[in-house]
Amino acid sequence: MTGLLERRAVVGRVLAGRRDLAVVGGLGAATYDIAAAGDHDRNFYLWGAMGGAAMLGLGLALAQPNVPVLVVTGDGEMLMGLGAFATIGAQRPGNLSILILDNGLYEETGAQPTHTAMTTDLAAVARACGITDAQVMTDGDAVAGFADRAHRIGNAPTLAVAKIAPSDAPKVLPSRDGAWLRTRMRASFGLERVP
Amino acid sequence: MWTDDVFDVLKSFDVRQVAYVPDAGHVRLIERARLDHAMRTVSLTTEEEGMALLAGAWLGGQRGVLLMQSSGVGNCINMLSLVRTCGFPLLTLVTMRGEFGEFNAWQVPMGSASEAAMRLMGVQVLRAEQPDEVGEVVSAAARMAYLGGSAMAVLFGQRLVGAKVFEK
Repeated sequence: MTGLLERRAVVGRVLAGRRDLAVVGGLGAATYDIAAAGDHDRNFYLWGAMGGAAMLGLGLALAQPNVPVLVVTGDGEMLMGLGAFATIGAQRPGNLSILILDNGLYEETGAQPTHTAMTTDLAAVARACGITDAQVMTDGDAVAGFADRAHRIGNAPTLAVAKIAPSDAPKVLPSRDGAWLRTRMRASFGLERVP
Repeated sequence: MWTDDVFDVLKSFDVRQVAYVPDAGHVRLIERARLDHAMRTVSLTTEEEGMALLAGAWLGGQRGVLLMQSSGVGNCINMLSLVRTCGFPLLTLVTMRGEFGEFNAWQVPMGSASEAAMRLMGVQVLRAEQPDEVGEVVSAAARMAYLGGSAMAVLFGQRLVGAKVFEK
């Protein structure tokens, strides 16, 4: 069966059974989806800096080449930083995965249509920028395959655009204390001592 | 040459990610970083990418530096929210355009506002104008960033970098 996926189910499936995975959440509902799957020392949530999630994931992936890094963000957040596709396509770290939850809407701000609801195909843009393993997901099998890949380290980055339905899932709000989130993630790598 | 002093400071602080939008003033530094096996050079499409990249690098335990020219400062403004809110250290080295002998008036608006724009977003600004002070200034900024956790910009004056000469 194909069709629109349910965002919480997609994120829950991709994060299930996580071990060393580090997760970066883009501004907006993606952050609530990650939190709904369970808070974790290696979750870093962006509550601003729109357009920066994929690049933050790249910096982390380059610094920790033996740790799988997953960026979960929305179509609107990704559209603000499309240049990141070109930069990531040139760097090609094998431990970076990007999951874009694409509802074609700026749902947080009144459900105005985004460019993906009009003409933009984010997976095609990513491929054209050198992220050759980029797919559109419309069924559970594809999500399961992406989930398996995201927890491993490959030879090149991988990207998936999950076509999701509009959602009224209750907001699950993780910490907005950026300094604490920063220290918590670093402590998980043994870079900080937390009292 | 003063750009070699910058490179030596970055090496001494174990800087591992060198992100840049190129400028003529950074040519030699970028080339030396590219040839250094301990450094990863990351070519950006816009300077704000570098702010997010270096935040991620710090989360993963690596120090980074962001090279740009002054026109790029304006591209970074909202992304500096990330640096400020989360208290990420930052070291950015900015070659100035539009301030001393600039032939291209289009460089003047952002060049003249670069320092104030950085300060408005909570970045401490140091300037280097003379070749023999560059190493000391960059070293001071690196120390404040990597050891103190401050957000630091070093502006390399156009008089130091040299105004671009276009001949017909």
